Amino acid sequence: MITSLLLAAEGLAQLGCGIGAGIAVIGAGLGIGKIGGSAVDAIARQPEASGQIFTQMILTSAFVEGCALFAIAACAFLI
Amino acid sequence: MKQLKSICLLLMLALLPLPLMANEQKEDGEALNIPELVLEHLADAYEWHITTIGDKHIGFDLPIIIRSSQTGEWFFCTAHTLPDGFFFNEEAHGKIYERVDGAAVRPLDLSITRNVLQIWIVVAVLLVVFLCCARWYKKHDKTDKAPGGFVGAMEMLVMMINDDVIKSSIGEKHYKKYAPYLLTVFFFIFFTNLLGLLPIFPGGSNVTGNINITFFLAVCTFLAVNLFGNREYWKDIFWPDVPVFLKAPIPIMPAIELFGVFTKPFALMIRLFANMMAGHAMILAFTCVIFLGWTLGPAMGTGLHLFSAIMLLFMNTLELLVAFVQAYVFTMLSAVFIGLAHKEHGH
Repeated sequence: MITSLLLAAEGLAQLGCGIGAGIAVIGAGLGIGKIGGSAVDAIARQPEASGQIFTQMILTSAFVEGCALFAIAACAFLI
Repeated sequence: MKQLKSICLLLMLALLPLPLMANEQKEDGEALNIPELVLEHLADAYEWHITTIGDKHIGFDLPIIIRSSQTGEWFFCTAHTLPDGFFFNEEAHGKIYERVDGAAVRPLDLSITRNVLQIWIVVAVLLVVFLCCARWYKKHDKTDKAPGGFVGAMEMLVMMINDDVIKSSIGEKHYKKYAPYLLTVFFFIFFTNLLGLLPIFPGGSNVTGNINITFFLAVCTFLAVNLFGNREYWKDIFWPDVPVFLKAPIPIMPAIELFGVFTKPFALMIRLFANMMAGHAMILAFTCVIFLGWTLGPAMGTGLHLFSAIMLLFMNTLELLVAFVQAYVFTMLSAVFIGLAHKEHGH
């Protein structure tokens, strides 16, 4: 009885880990997609600034990914 | 017609491991445990394993230097010649533990593990590269034309970090004090990330994906920011410019600001660690998929092999970009934090 409870708890923890990582990646995908979209719009408006815009886009994507990876690192503890 | 030859060459390269896999006989009891393989490559180890041809392990043992917590005696050995009383504790990620009265105790462990050796290799590469570049500047006059070739490329990289990141974040007055630390951090992280992508000996160890390394780098940034912050900075933390009810009876805002002093380096640590570990894990997972495909039979094998080879090419290229971006972001954020600690009044 106790062992089946413990096994179920461990399975639930792993399930929680997977679901958490999935939800975190949804946020990251939305964020980086928005960044990419704005960057492409800006380049379409002013092609001469495309170098600077590209740099800014890569930089901001790194921050957004940092947040998502926070969540994934936290979920990894649950495995 | 010329492109057809290049495409065929690429396909041949992609299927190169084919004959090796055809000869390999997997013993029946040994299933391919992908998570374990991936974690083993990501973790630190007491020996540097290069490859396994058939039954022979090719690699070299690294020195283990431990001091027993019970007798205080130092032991120098390798992973195959551990003295009595010490063992590799599987529950503690394979680290060396000592059996003291039935309990497992961690001795003082100063071994040269794989990550330590990799850091030394990176340090050697950094010294060679930058001392060579410095020698060029010593031999040439200020009025000569700019260097070309390798020295020119390094100068371009250093000047880009110096001007766009360090000088613009910290300001003209103070940037020279912090430029050595920030440039070192940038090139250390960049070169370590790059060497981690090489699959074979002088590279291949996952250093920045180890949270202890990134923890130390974050602590260095924490010290650089807080030990040298000016009064303006500490005043903004403990008595910020907000309405009095948020500061006086219960210091809500000062508590939040103090918390922020610790979370900013913590975020630096986690960002670098998670990015590099995730990248390495994905590359290792795609490589393991190739082996998994071949155990399922030749049809699945070829399909998964081609798919994985293309994905591996893509992932490795992405990791090259990520190596540079993560080093750049770490340096830029550290520069911004240091700049915030030296804010002039009235900005």
